[in-house]
Amino acid sequence: MLSETILEMKDISKSFPGVKALDNVGFKLRKGEIHALMGENGAGKSTLIKVITGVYEKDSGFITLQGEPIHFKTPKEAQNKGIGTVYQEIMLCPNLTVAENMFIGRSHTPIVNWKQMNEKAAQLLKSLGIPASPIQELASCSLAVQQMIAIARAVDMDCKILILDEPTSSLDEDEVHKLFDLMRELKTRGVGIIFITHFLKQVYEISDRITVLRNGKFVGEYETSSFPQIELISKMLGNELEDITKIKKYEPIVSDTTIPVYEGIGLSSAAGVKPFDFSIQKGEVNGFAGLLGSGRSESVRAIFAADKVTGGGVRMKGKRVKIKTPLQAIRQGIGYLPEDRKDDGIIYDLSVRDNIILTLQVLKGFFKPFSLKQAEAFAKEYIEKLNIKTPTSNTPIKSLSGGNQQKVILARWLLTNPEYLILDEPTRGIDVGTKVEIQKLVIKLANNGMSLTFISSEIDEMLRTCSRLIVMKDREIVAELRGTELTEHDVMNVIAQGGKTI
Amino acid sequence: MSKLIKNFSHLFLPISVMTLLIIINLIKGADYFRITMVNGAFYGNIPNIFFGASELVILSIGMTLVTAASRGQDISIGESATITSAIFVLFVLQANEVTVLTIVAAFLLSCVAGLALGAFNGTLVSVFKVQPMVASLILFTGGRSIAFMIDGKLSPILANDISNKIGTVIPGVPIQTPIILTVVFIVFVAVLFRTTNLRLYVETVGINPNAARLNGINPKKIIFLTFLIMGVCTAVAGFIAVNKAGRHDSVNLLKLIMMDAILAVAIGGNSLSGGKFSITGSIIGAYTIEMLNRTLLRLEIDPAMIKVFKAIFIIILMVVASPVVRLFLRKSLDRVRAWRSTASQSVGNLKTPNTNITDMKEE
Repeated sequence: MLSETILEMKDISKSFPGVKALDNVGFKLRKGEIHALMGENGAGKSTLIKVITGVYEKDSGFITLQGEPIHFKTPKEAQNKGIGTVYQEIMLCPNLTVAENMFIGRSHTPIVNWKQMNEKAAQLLKSLGIPASPIQELASCSLAVQQMIAIARAVDMDCKILILDEPTSSLDEDEVHKLFDLMRELKTRGVGIIFITHFLKQVYEISDRITVLRNGKFVGEYETSSFPQIELISKMLGNELEDITKIKKYEPIVSDTTIPVYEGIGLSSAAGVKPFDFSIQKGEVNGFAGLLGSGRSESVRAIFAADKVTGGGVRMKGKRVKIKTPLQAIRQGIGYLPEDRKDDGIIYDLSVRDNIILTLQVLKGFFKPFSLKQAEAFAKEYIEKLNIKTPTSNTPIKSLSGGNQQKVILARWLLTNPEYLILDEPTRGIDVGTKVEIQKLVIKLANNGMSLTFISSEIDEMLRTCSRLIVMKDREIVAELRGTELTEHDVMNVIAQGGKTI
Repeated sequence: MSKLIKNFSHLFLPISVMTLLIIINLIKGADYFRITMVNGAFYGNIPNIFFGASELVILSIGMTLVTAASRGQDISIGESATITSAIFVLFVLQANEVTVLTIVAAFLLSCVAGLALGAFNGTLVSVFKVQPMVASLILFTGGRSIAFMIDGKLSPILANDISNKIGTVIPGVPIQTPIILTVVFIVFVAVLFRTTNLRLYVETVGINPNAARLNGINPKKIIFLTFLIMGVCTAVAGFIAVNKAGRHDSVNLLKLIMMDAILAVAIGGNSLSGGKFSITGSIIGAYTIEMLNRTLLRLEIDPAMIKVFKAIFIIILMVVASPVVRLFLRKSLDRVRAWRSTASQSVGNLKTPNTNITDMKEE
């Protein structure tokens, strides 16, 4: 019974303008199994899910559901065929009751039979062991229960396949276990579950099989029980080194007696990073490694006070300073290129020029605007220096490519001439050429005496540029690697083991 | 030339509407632009538009800034202006002798009141994250009652010479005073934009408040600031309106003007969901609305029906200018072009004797 395949995908390809999101990907889901779909950001997981559920149309390939070829054009069709999806964000209405949430949009008659609906809901909740009452308002349930109700909604109506897209990211440990119990219950009923998560521990706890995707390509399908974690990580991250990026590494001359440029003690933030100490020397490049959700971004955001700082003290060059807002951080000579370029970085309707001068202008003050001539000179200087490809400096930044947008943000920070520059995933989602340019720039800046933090999902990029690597897991620093310890194997080992080998 | 067109493309809508209205008016009577001199001041259709739109222009400037930064609208501006002008009237009436100094002091006092009202709305929006329209709904609901209480009696009359001059003309000056005041205000705003980073900050906050914060701009402060500016705008508008009317009618003064102000912002090519903005567009938009009002009057439409015609006109305007229609027009234009090029190509391939002109040019 376990070997019976319910969903099979073969040679699936899907392209978006400029990107091949899926390249001949295959995927197989058996009845009554929990199948983890793994890969870093941009690996093609979401695209694959959206192809299954009919959100996107595939360019080529075949999908069969219980041996019968299918071709969904809308999510509704997929739903009717018994494919239920639950997303990371709970897409329910908090002000309606549990029962209403479960059956909203499902009724085929204009009149609602409240009594029948509530009874049906109560039955379903009971059979799945969800601790909620049908007439309870959804907002009064805990997040985990809300997530379970979303699942109950999806599995109702003869569900064969359940897709869970990062359902655990906002749940605490207890809640995760409740959710897992529900998943096991569904598994015994023969539902095939596709499970996407960034938490490796959870994958090993619950999944039967793992399919790994990388850069839109199928890497392999593995039995979870005979697939060591370190191998999974190396499959996810990929360890092929491109020879185009043979960048000469820079070793700073740092002695322990020099006063660090930046020193934070016991830093913590509202984003939930555990208190940590961190310091960086002049001309040093360090990196934060760890999988997504490990807390690497939260840590650097705490340094820049991008999230509300909840504790800790900071010294710049040995002098105590107060950094509670981004403006204070900028005034102290700290720059921060955010991970999410679109939401936190670019001001998309404004021109390249305004985007470049923005932070320096803020530093200069509200009542001292740069003349257009001065602003233009700054913009021109950095468009040339960083080789930004834009028709004019007056072009809105939104019409530039991702790599060029990233260079504009870099230019914005370089213009403020920071002493310590934090780059959080500057190479994500941009073309290879620009990636190399950015890495070279990092080395050059460090040679000129700037301290930098360089974060990347691609470990080899960090190995090439950083002289010290801080490894994080579960929002905590678990190890600090330097010198000879900085090899791909060691780093992956530490990420997987959580510092146990050290 | 093409650069010029590019720079003013956002003004396409208000200018084309204005042109259309002028054409309609010229058809109605060729004397539309005639200006007559009465008692040493200019009167006529055009001066009347400038005169009538004064308050609207000033309020539209404030509305543009509030919209750009907070991504919402302040609907209490008429009520706010009624309160500030009530304070102005109260101060003027308690004086034994009304001098220029009295008026200036009263005006400054009303500006302080405007700032306070702006701060009230601004605090609700920036600190308590109430949607602007909901936040200003409070003042919208209670504002006229507050003004009535300040008045203490029904419609106090401003029967002094200086108020009269501010509301109409100063002898010896050929242009009506409200027009001059409006121009002064616009110049003041222009200077404000020249000497500060107001535009960059407001646009940044309106487009991406997250990024604004990470680059050292405090979105709360900027949104609060735009409401303060709005407060000053309402004080100035209230000042002009009450001097024009000569009495303070707390029930009808600038009633429902926020509708026209929001419309002026929209006609000016500004997005009502914030971000990049054009003050020039809003000013032209405000004058356009006044022109529309007066055009309908001039066409001798039954006063009871005027609002219907105005509504129809605005619906057509908004639909034509909507992104959906613009995209449709662009697509159909492309299709026509594509069709024509393929047609001319196939004609060319067949080498029929009657090749059309475009083919001959290509060859």
